[in-house]
Amino acid sequence: MAKSPEVEHPRKACGWAARDSSGILSPFKFSRRATGEKDVTFKILYCGICHSDLHMVKNEWGVSTYPLVPGHEIVGVVTEVGSKVHRFTVGDKVGVGCLVGACRSCNDCSNNLENYCPKSILTYGAVYHDGTTTYGGYSDIMVADEHFVIRIPDSLPLDAGAPLLCAGITVYSPLKFYGLDKPGLHVGVVGLGGLGHVAVKFAKAMGAKITVISTSPNKKTEALEHLGADSFLVSTDQGQIQAALGTLDGIIDTVSAVHPLPPLIGLLKSHGKLIMVGAPEKPLELPTSALLLGRKMVGGSCIGGLKETQEMIDFAAKHNITADIEVIPIDYVNTAMERLVKADVRYRFVIDIGNTLKSS
Amino acid sequence: MAKVPPEGEHPVKAFGWAARDQSGHLSPFNFSRRETGDEDVRFKVLYCGICHSDLHSIKNDWGFSFYPLVPGHEIVGEVTEVGSKVNKVKVGDKVGVGCMVGACHSCDSCKNDLENYCPKMILTYNSIYHDGTFNYGGYSDTMVANERYIVHFPENMPLDAGAPLLCAGITVYSPLKYFGLAQPGKHIGVVGLGGLGHVAVKFAKAFGAKVTVISTSPSKKDEALEHLGADFFLVSRDPDQIQAAMNTMDGIIDTVSAVHPVLPLLGLLKSHGTLVMVGAPDKPLELPVSPLILGRKMVAGSGIGGMKETQEMIDFAAKHGITADIEVVSMDYVNTAMERLAKNDVRYRFVIDIGNTLAATKP
Repeated sequence: MAKSPEVEHPRKACGWAARDSSGILSPFKFSRRATGEKDVTFKILYCGICHSDLHMVKNEWGVSTYPLVPGHEIVGVVTEVGSKVHRFTVGDKVGVGCLVGACRSCNDCSNNLENYCPKSILTYGAVYHDGTTTYGGYSDIMVADEHFVIRIPDSLPLDAGAPLLCAGITVYSPLKFYGLDKPGLHVGVVGLGGLGHVAVKFAKAMGAKITVISTSPNKKTEALEHLGADSFLVSTDQGQIQAALGTLDGIIDTVSAVHPLPPLIGLLKSHGKLIMVGAPEKPLELPTSALLLGRKMVGGSCIGGLKETQEMIDFAAKHNITADIEVIPIDYVNTAMERLVKADVRYRFVIDIGNTLKSS
Repeated sequence: MAKVPPEGEHPVKAFGWAARDQSGHLSPFNFSRRETGDEDVRFKVLYCGICHSDLHSIKNDWGFSFYPLVPGHEIVGEVTEVGSKVNKVKVGDKVGVGCMVGACHSCDSCKNDLENYCPKMILTYNSIYHDGTFNYGGYSDTMVANERYIVHFPENMPLDAGAPLLCAGITVYSPLKYFGLAQPGKHIGVVGLGGLGHVAVKFAKAFGAKVTVISTSPSKKDEALEHLGADFFLVSRDPDQIQAAMNTMDGIIDTVSAVHPVLPLLGLLKSHGTLVMVGAPDKPLELPVSPLILGRKMVAGSGIGGMKETQEMIDFAAKHGITADIEVVSMDYVNTAMERLAKNDVRYRFVIDIGNTLAATKP
């Protein structure tokens, strides 16, 4: 018989969980494992709210099990390390992103691409090596295998750095893999939300010229003045699209709603790449001749491996890149979720766990 | 002012077969070609492959055909005259011309030997040349082309079976190289076993890859395994066969031009794998995005190749004894060949014996 979450593990923990697909979160007592030899335990200070959290609490992907404690943009301060832990000590500022486990032996794991391991274990809503459910960062403490812990440099603020652990790596990884990280390239970013705004910042830091592509004309000033994009295109405006055809080396498409691909493919130069990092729930129409005529491609990308996540955090610290955030107390979380549905946030909510989630 | 008829447009008479309208019916046609310019190569056409694009063009399937239309872009023959500035070939050499006869030569693509991606690239037929005149393809007795678009055929390359490589060959060779699949030990899928597909299998094997042919026709299995040397054969409509081969392929060359499901093909790819479309369905395909994201997979298109790479491909083919499997036909068989091609009733490319059979059709 399964043990209740509270007694499953030896160490008490508290957080907020969704109990069903209404997605409403409320206080939840559970437990975490004792610090194993290779584990790092840390007191959580902040946790970003990712759109995936919203999908998961509402079971929109059909894979959720309840109670579900979301949160995979988790940062805090180390309180205990296992005997075989080498990279961290008590007091270090650390973070955990979307993964807490993988097989560590497949081809992808051997190439530091744990995110593509068929046995990768998500930070929440998944089953850990010991058979227990993983609970995420809307909670007071976190225990994770050292391999999956990221060091946060002192110069990077914890609250504004937290979203980089998911949103940041999600856009950083494809910018590098698809060769869009070279100075002088012209990169498009579709959608100006949690992923999009960080994509603009990273791509600018890599030396690219940026065009923000959006359905909302009212985001223009934001894109150009605040985020430093070089130009702005309304994707539903034929004239604007026409004028920019064949100008982009690559596009990072962060939009998860169904949307037309042909205008985006048209914006690409030949040999250009359209990279999907948002996942529409229905297939999109792909006109193949548009790809053939310019040897263009549509690719996907999903977060990044741990080595690359650390590299991304270090790059962000060096270039002063953080997310634009709205810090909220834990008891605002349900309202935050409602606002997130309407994309009413500039650009990521971050829960101030340290100051507002009281341990029982 | 009356338009100059094709016969009087240029100083040198030419004869071929043309389609007059969207019925696509081909018949004898008198026209003319330009004189051999300083940078031109003129050759007597000996063979011309029939590409499925020829069928699409004569029937105006793509909506931009002009008539009379002389198709043919897998053209081989023997040089009869070269311009004063030509260095690449001399009279008597065996040469070929593929899908292009011109480009701007100054854009980024052209500078990178990728004339095929030049926005001003000029197709071998059904297009307008630099001098404003209409281009006629290789179902004809002679051809003139700028030296840059001439491919030199090595001595040991048979002209008839080599002709289809000028389009089908480069169409599959280019993406095999560009997408990193032309390496020993890679596992490559080839979807569709027709003109493009059978040549893709041959090239992939020559690169040292393991090859799985993916087809809707179980009847092609023996052909794929015994004759073409593929390692495996998968019926794409059989979910069990697809399941068993999930996550096994580094890349897939998809030669199928009918609309077909992409999802099973994405499942066959290993993570970071690429599905390369070289056939162009006339309606959009449905692209499920999650498999791309979860496996960092890509769907790409590729269209023929640049001239430098086309020459490299011919040289590689000659070195490895790769030619197309062909059925040689006489010029007056061409309409029947087109009907059979529409039903994929050919193993795997018709090649018109221009040298021996065209002249006899002159009225």
